[in-house]
Amino acid sequence: MTQGSDTYSATGEVGSVREKRTFWTRLKIDLKKSPWTARIGMLIIFFYAFVALFAPLIAPYGQAEVFPTPYAPWSSEFIFGTDQIGRDTFSRMIYGARNTVGIAVATTLLAFLIGGALGLAAAIDRSYFDQALSRMVDVLMAIPSLIFALVLLSIFGSTILNLIIIIAVLDSTRVFRLTRAVAINVVVMDYVEAARLRGEGLGWIMRKEILPNIMPPLIAEFGLRFCFVFLSIAALSFLGVGIQPPSADWGSMVRENAKMMIYAQFDPNVVLRPLLPATAIALLTVAVNFVVDWFLHKTSGLRDEH
Amino acid sequence: MSIKSEKGEVLLDIKGLEVEGFSDEKWHDIVKGVDVTLRRGEIMGLIGESGAGKSTLGLAAMGYTQPGCRIKVGEVNFDGVNLVKLSDAKMRSYWGNRMTYVAQSAAASFNPAHRLIAQTTAATLRSGNFSKEEAYGDARELYEALNLPNPHNIGERYPHQVSGGQLQRVMTAMAISPRPDLIVFDEPTTALDVTTQVEVLSAMRRIVENFNTAAIYITHDLAVVAQMADFIKVLRYGKEVEEAPTRQMLSDPKEAYTKSLWSVRSLKKKEHQGGDSILSLNGINASYGKAKVLYNVNIEVAKGTTVAVVGESGSGKSTAARVITGLLPQTAGTVEFDGKALPKELCDRSKEEKRRIQMIYQMADTAMNPRQTVSEIIGRPLEFYLGMRGSKKTARTIELLEMIELDEEFMQRLPSELSGGQKQRICIARALAAEPDFIICDEVTSALDQIVQEGILKLLMRLQKELGLTYLFITHDISTVKAISDQVVVMNKGEVVEQGQKTDVFKPPHPEYTELLLSSVPEMDPDWLTNLNVGRSSG
Amino acid sequence: MHPVTKTVLQRLGLGLATLFVVSIIIFSAIEMLPGDFGQAILGQAATEETVAAFRRELGLDQPPYLRYLQWVGGAIQGDLGTSFSGRNASGIDRSRAVVDLIAPRLWNTLFLAGMTAVIAVPISLALGITTALYRNSFYDRSVNTATLTTISFPEFFVAYILILLLASLYPVFPSLANVDDSTPVGERIFRTALPALTLTLVIVAHMMRMTRAAIINLLASPYIQMARLSGASQTEVIVKHALPNAWAPIATVIAFNLAYLVVGVVVVEVVFVYPGVGQLMVDAVTSRDIPVVQGCALIFAMTYILLNLIADIIGIITNPRLLHPK
Repeated sequence: MTQGSDTYSATGEVGSVREKRTFWTRLKIDLKKSPWTARIGMLIIFFYAFVALFAPLIAPYGQAEVFPTPYAPWSSEFIFGTDQIGRDTFSRMIYGARNTVGIAVATTLLAFLIGGALGLAAAIDRSYFDQALSRMVDVLMAIPSLIFALVLLSIFGSTILNLIIIIAVLDSTRVFRLTRAVAINVVVMDYVEAARLRGEGLGWIMRKEILPNIMPPLIAEFGLRFCFVFLSIAALSFLGVGIQPPSADWGSMVRENAKMMIYAQFDPNVVLRPLLPATAIALLTVAVNFVVDWFLHKTSGLRDEH
Repeated sequence: MSIKSEKGEVLLDIKGLEVEGFSDEKWHDIVKGVDVTLRRGEIMGLIGESGAGKSTLGLAAMGYTQPGCRIKVGEVNFDGVNLVKLSDAKMRSYWGNRMTYVAQSAAASFNPAHRLIAQTTAATLRSGNFSKEEAYGDARELYEALNLPNPHNIGERYPHQVSGGQLQRVMTAMAISPRPDLIVFDEPTTALDVTTQVEVLSAMRRIVENFNTAAIYITHDLAVVAQMADFIKVLRYGKEVEEAPTRQMLSDPKEAYTKSLWSVRSLKKKEHQGGDSILSLNGINASYGKAKVLYNVNIEVAKGTTVAVVGESGSGKSTAARVITGLLPQTAGTVEFDGKALPKELCDRSKEEKRRIQMIYQMADTAMNPRQTVSEIIGRPLEFYLGMRGSKKTARTIELLEMIELDEEFMQRLPSELSGGQKQRICIARALAAEPDFIICDEVTSALDQIVQEGILKLLMRLQKELGLTYLFITHDISTVKAISDQVVVMNKGEVVEQGQKTDVFKPPHPEYTELLLSSVPEMDPDWLTNLNVGRSSG
Repeated sequence: MHPVTKTVLQRLGLGLATLFVVSIIIFSAIEMLPGDFGQAILGQAATEETVAAFRRELGLDQPPYLRYLQWVGGAIQGDLGTSFSGRNASGIDRSRAVVDLIAPRLWNTLFLAGMTAVIAVPISLALGITTALYRNSFYDRSVNTATLTTISFPEFFVAYILILLLASLYPVFPSLANVDDSTPVGERIFRTALPALTLTLVIVAHMMRMTRAAIINLLASPYIQMARLSGASQTEVIVKHALPNAWAPIATVIAFNLAYLVVGVVVVEVVFVYPGVGQLMVDAVTSRDIPVVQGCALIFAMTYILLNLIADIIGIITNPRLLHPK
């Protein structure tokens, strides 16, 4: 409709109508506008994923393979040297990506499965079910999760399965709260009421009406939870109660080599041994955080943030 | 309001003003070159639809822009000083001193942490010309002049302790307290119920006249602006459409767009008696938790007619709709549909019963899933109720789109890619897809601009004729009721005050509440408010 | 009753209830141990009699609710049972009371956490408020990127970087924070510098970001625009209009982060071999010394609940809607 025209037609009506774009063009535009931090973040994440997936093909040696020379310096044979009992540091770094990142991803997924499903159900059925779950989560969250994890690990022992289940359950409380909170905002929408009035079942309402609309905050939360879980597992391993030897893992690699740090003045090599895995951990969390930050900024549509 | 005979010197002179705002990574023009000349003691009415840039212009007249906006070019000369050129500190010496602002949402615009009188006098005391006692005393006098209850103590209260209408009057007192040269009223009565609006309007007009203050009155409501302004400026897409003295503008608008705004209320429907009863509410009581909201409500709806349910917020009109749809089971009484009692709970109703009663919502924005395309939105009831699939479903969807005057092209659009009126049309199509007998329209036009409202109302009336539909039309807007209804139900505080054929209900004598409600609806007559106040004070 | 008193009492009750449930969870830790743990603790050589005597000492022959009451009753009077370590197969008991193990270390942990809080809280509030005020300026963007990076680092990474820089390459501070009761205050602060600095870096990032978000949220309120339009200066807007409404969110931010400190100390204490509760707990977990784990967990949980309770109460007593009811 041209401005000032006085005839009215429904098809010609304009408002603040956005152009019609497909998913891919939108993605392309978003990527083009992404800040450098997010781009670097994405590159790093892809790199880690690649290394984790193809670890056995990339690593020159096995993760538990012991060579006769401990503390070997950097060389063409052992790119980052060997550790205190003579295992190849470079290979252990690569397998570490697989173990540490893999376990963190599995844990986060499990946490989302539990917390997401329960949170969604609680948001839709705001009765005793919601009350009971919410109170339970309140109590679980009243104990700092690292402390709780320590208690549970001391009872059940530090196996990888226990580690995944314990951290996932503890972390699912936060996922539950977030899912419930965002889903409640969607549940009160008229379109959900309209679906209910139509007679749609609970499953349809959950999958088709609510889930697609709470995905953006959940995806962002997945990134943040992943960082948190990843750091928690690294911290537990560093404390010696996480992933157990001989599996290569960055947290315990830091622990094994850290005590030598104070001799840095005399031998720069001792600095690198704990710093390599620590940097690997930090780099991934920084990368994920940068991407999530951009994603949050983009999807929250913060009008005041120019 | 009588036009003042003597006009003062020019107070505000805006020349070629352009304001732009930043969104979607780009600067967009909001106000595109507007001139304003306002003399001392004059009131300018600024009207336009949403997005016309009227609020932005109103704020710019004070030299203020909202975060994310900026003045691109132009001059804002206030008493000979170009505000655009001033430093922040200089600007502040004007704000709250020589020019003040009255915002739309009083509840959000008062600081919850301070007493009302402290907020009323803060700007006045900042100038340092008055002692605290003087300012407080003056504020109490203003409260009294504004007809606030308990004017000597109300200032000691906190914002959450008084009602919305009272807060709006306190904000007017706050605006007048420093005796400014200019007040900008930004839709000050939009959030209020009509009966409250009348009181606030009268109070504001009296006080502005008393102090001979110049004002800019921003609103989208023509009848309201007619009561307040000496002259009216019509804005559209950030540009001026026309400007004229109020009486002239009302009786003889020049531009086609202005005429179209004026014509909206001329829509009239021939009243219809209707056939058998299709729906009846018998002695309905309902409550939210412990709070009772409906008391013994009886409503009859005849087949093929439009029954308008009118009332202010809290009257229970929307609750009645929730009872009919089964979202809120009644605590007593029955809902009969087509001769059969409907089960109380939604989940006990059959698919057929659900199909025959459909609902259209006030906010089309939230009534459609933003992640579904138009074809999914309209297609789902076709599939769900009528079992249509594939090409049959597509063909029917296109048919429905044509029925609501849109075309096939819209099939793949998302709600965000539609305008407000188009969204509401899609919601209508979704309701029609179920092939219902009875549609509940819950304030379906109140979120829309006037010109779009008319289109939607016409469409609904045409569909009723073609398909023999019955409407229950919930609204607070009397002019809409006059335009489209056959029968009218007036509700207040959970009870039915009056019901009957439209002509009977609008014919005096009225029950007390109906009288109050009807007389409070502003009319497009500049003398309406004056006459009403004379009438009310003598009666 | 005044609504403020009522709400505060409600929160206190809720806090106590939470603590009760938490204590049950921690108590049940010992219930979940496998049946042969007595053997595992006393060693393979332990006779059946010594194992039985050990189980009797723990009260495992009594019903659980009775033991819970005894345990809680003891905890209230400052008795958290005896450690598992120091026992052996022959039945000789050199174990120590859990309280004696925890008490001196608790003081050390509180000292470290307190020192961190004293440095971190003012810095983060200042950073948070200034970045919110100068939003999207170069200053804001750089602080944001820097803190986003810091919160991504594991605590031990920050700790080792600091050791590398300030203890090894430029030896300013000691890398081991070994303190005991006899250490004078000045010396104690000096030795605790690196762990406190580590915690500060980690916590400032979190706290600053949360403060910034809270303040931005506040500044977007219509009454702030109203205050500006009534001619209030920037300082007046902040001090008179934003601050009175900011106490609740700021208290929440501070409490949340001090609670976070509780977790942070565990890792940092291990890195710097600082004799605090965190390190004790990690050692106890490794040796599966359940009574010590329970004691430490109870203390951490109590601190956590208490901090959140205080934040809640500050929120309540500064809320004008509750202070001045209709």
